[in-house]
Amino acid sequence: MTEYITLSFLLFTIGAVGVLVRRNAIVVFMCVELMLNATNLAFVSFARQHGNLDGQTAAFFVMVVAAAEVVIGLAIIVSIYRTRRSASVDEANLLKA
Amino acid sequence: MTTFWVLAPLMVLAALGLLFAKKAVHAALCLAVVMIGLAVMYALQDAPFLFAVQIIVYTGAIMMLFLFVLMLIGVDRTDSLVETIKGQRLAAAVVGVLFAVTMSVAVGQVVVSSTVGLEEANADGNVEGLAALLFTRYVVAFEFTAALMITAVLGAMVLAHRERLSPRRTQIDVQRQRMREYAETGRHPGNPPTPGVFARHNGVDVPALLPDGSPAEESVPDSLRKRGQERTDVDISAAQRRAKEIERGDEEDPS
Amino acid sequence: MLELSWLLIAIPLAGAALLLLWGQRSDAFGHLIATAASAAAFVLGLVMFVELLGREADDRSVTSTLGTWIETARFHVEFAFTVDQLSSLFVLLITGVGTLIHVYSIGYMAHDERRRRFFAYLNLFVAAMLTLVLAADYLVLFLGWEGVGLASYLLIGFWQHKPSAAAAANKAFIMNRIGDVGMVIAIMTMFATFGTTSIAAVNGAVGDVSATTATALGLLLLLGACGKSAQVPLQAWLLDAMEGPTPVSALIHAATMVTAGVYLVVRSAGIYDASEVARTFVIVVGLVTLLVGAWIGCAKDDIKKVLAGSTMSQIGYMMLAAGLGPAGYAFAIFHLLTHGFFKANMFLGAGSVMHAMDDDVDMRHYGALRRAMPITFATFGLGYLAIIGFPGMSGFFSKDKIIEAALAHNLWIGLGAMIGAAITAFYMTRLMMMTFFGERRWRDRVHPHESPSVMTVPLIVLAALSVLGGALYLGNWIGDWLEPVAGHAEHHELPAPVIVIQLAVVALVAAGVALAVWLFRSDVPDTAPADTDVSILTRAGRHEIYTNEVNGVLAVFPVRYLTRFLVWLDARGIDGLVTGTADRIGEASQGLRATQTGYVRSYALGIFGGALVVVLGLLAVTLG
Repeated sequence: MTEYITLSFLLFTIGAVGVLVRRNAIVVFMCVELMLNATNLAFVSFARQHGNLDGQTAAFFVMVVAAAEVVIGLAIIVSIYRTRRSASVDEANLLKA
Repeated sequence: MTTFWVLAPLMVLAALGLLFAKKAVHAALCLAVVMIGLAVMYALQDAPFLFAVQIIVYTGAIMMLFLFVLMLIGVDRTDSLVETIKGQRLAAAVVGVLFAVTMSVAVGQVVVSSTVGLEEANADGNVEGLAALLFTRYVVAFEFTAALMITAVLGAMVLAHRERLSPRRTQIDVQRQRMREYAETGRHPGNPPTPGVFARHNGVDVPALLPDGSPAEESVPDSLRKRGQERTDVDISAAQRRAKEIERGDEEDPS
Repeated sequence: MLELSWLLIAIPLAGAALLLLWGQRSDAFGHLIATAASAAAFVLGLVMFVELLGREADDRSVTSTLGTWIETARFHVEFAFTVDQLSSLFVLLITGVGTLIHVYSIGYMAHDERRRRFFAYLNLFVAAMLTLVLAADYLVLFLGWEGVGLASYLLIGFWQHKPSAAAAANKAFIMNRIGDVGMVIAIMTMFATFGTTSIAAVNGAVGDVSATTATALGLLLLLGACGKSAQVPLQAWLLDAMEGPTPVSALIHAATMVTAGVYLVVRSAGIYDASEVARTFVIVVGLVTLLVGAWIGCAKDDIKKVLAGSTMSQIGYMMLAAGLGPAGYAFAIFHLLTHGFFKANMFLGAGSVMHAMDDDVDMRHYGALRRAMPITFATFGLGYLAIIGFPGMSGFFSKDKIIEAALAHNLWIGLGAMIGAAITAFYMTRLMMMTFFGERRWRDRVHPHESPSVMTVPLIVLAALSVLGGALYLGNWIGDWLEPVAGHAEHHELPAPVIVIQLAVVALVAAGVALAVWLFRSDVPDTAPADTDVSILTRAGRHEIYTNEVNGVLAVFPVRYLTRFLVWLDARGIDGLVTGTADRIGEASQGLRATQTGYVRSYALGIFGGALVVVLGLLAVTLG
């Protein structure tokens, strides 16, 4: 049991660090997906530990939301790329003071 | 358990590949590996429905979407891995390590009870159990996800939509422009040559040879040229080169 | 008829409003409207006076209420006007002399393109002055008090293109404010003490309160009177006020407005009767002012400033008389009336002379004008005889009665008043000698000529009044007339028989006249000797006894530096605090700004770090 959770945390951390260090918006996005998947693993593991299916339901909802999120996120990336010819997250820094 | 210990290191390695891959395509492939691994993990943990959904939705749909967008905008570039924000990488590493350590410690504190297992919950079948939950306790949330999906579809349409600012280019316009260019610069008005055909090579990465023997660069597809994957005469094997020389020699002899 | 007293005020006020609102279209006939308004008020006043004469002595005070001005739970002020023996005399003086000066101004201001405005201000002044004297409530009186202050300000600064006139107007206004502070506090004290500001109620009740309150009221009112009547120590504005057109000097700064202080003291007889201390202060102020004014009059070469010094001096006499209590009130008013006649006469005469001399006011440029301007000379001469107290003239009676009353009160005060009479004779003779006698010292291209009849007729009327004004004293008519208002005059023992005193005064006056005639019989230099060449007395008199310098050191200088300090405090302290706070916040924000890189990854790091902190906190709580 513990090993699944630990793997989940490991993947989550790697995803988070990826968000922090990668600049390509698509890769950053993939890292976000990795984080979501890591939480899903935790959900499923805890579902088994507690012996009910609520965790799996939660993971299912995460997947649904993630699918919607990917659609919108990629649309945003494409739209930014169209106007700025770049997919680097550092380029979109016009909000800085 | 064996499956886990085989898969887990692979998944961590693949996840790390996400961090260090220079090309976004490689990162996407690494992610696909992680996702498939996760699907197996779900299967191992008595979640056959999620196993299927993970494969279909994530690996099948979402990863394909990623690759599709990559193809649209970024397949021809490699990312620079040089950090531009001062201290960002170090801070990320420190926070990441601390986070991982903290969570691992936390796990030791949280996971104390013994695992119940899903034999009882899955007695009527995993899909039936999930369905029973979804359509009873979580029915409102389920309905909301429907609204969310619709919204996402509409949002994607709005975001990807582009107003037409100039009249549509018809075939006539294209032909007129080609003829104009021919008149002004002498550019050939016909279709560009297909790669390889006249040069006895049928690989798309080798430029066609024009009647005077010079390579026609424009015959190689754009994406290959951008990636620098086209081959020139230099790369053609020695035998082929020799054959070419003989050919040229034949042509030169009479002169 | 007597209930129509508000009409007295309304007529000139309507005239002023008409002229000011009608604007340039009334330029051609505005002066006629204003003069008609003043004359109408005079006729109305005369009718009222006659009606008053026909009444019984104890039925001569009629108060009519126009309406309620202020109505609160504890404070009630009505627009009430009282016509009685005192105010009816003032109404006649103000409207009578005022009308004459209106007529005179038609000629004097004929060439001024802002003549209509001038007449509007004159009418405004008449209305305000009538409000002042008719008021039955101290607050209404204060309304008129401020109204005449406003009119005075507007008319002193009438030639506002001259910086000196603008400065003089400001000076008069500001110095009057100092006196007004006294007035305001006095009125507030009345309300706090008596719950009313009605003149009759306050003066009736003042005997029941402590002497301290009465003294405070008396001194505060005296401060107001000093400001308005140019008494020491608030006298400095009057000489500068001569920057205004000469009719203004005659009407406002000689005959009527400056006597408002005397009126106030007499009107507040109840308060002053209740406080010996306040009365003594009034006497001291009057005595000092009469001597100081005479001193200044001796030294000035500017004909209007000599007359202004003389005005101060004569009002000093009135104050002195008013300070003597019931023994002097009637004589103060008597002298006020006769002074109003002869000083207005002389100011208008001086205006006539200036008119002939191209607005030159330096007496050293005059001389031998008696042949060139016979009517002006004759009328001015009659005014002169009146002011020095030539036997039989109006000034003889009025001044002599004051000197007698002062002697009866205190020998030294009486002697001071007698010396003042001698000095008066000296400086007025000096003025006459330098202006009408001696040799011609005219500037080039100056051709003196007699003024038109529109100016000389008022002079003749005023000269006649100057001569005949003494008739008011026939059979002590004025004393009896004013007795219900001023109280019964106790008969005091005089240190010497009346005839001896009169002879002594006449002898002193004759000595002053003789000295001046001898000194100025001829050879008056046409430029003033330098300050270093004249006696210290003359030098001090020329500089108005250095009162401006004293005011500068005591008031202007500290206030100016206080203001600078406050400006500095405001700029550095208060603004510094405000802007400093803003600056510190700004700097802090600039520092925090560095964290806002705009890089989404920096923010993500923040989120991730924050999550770590939250988890650590949760762990600490759980494990702890």
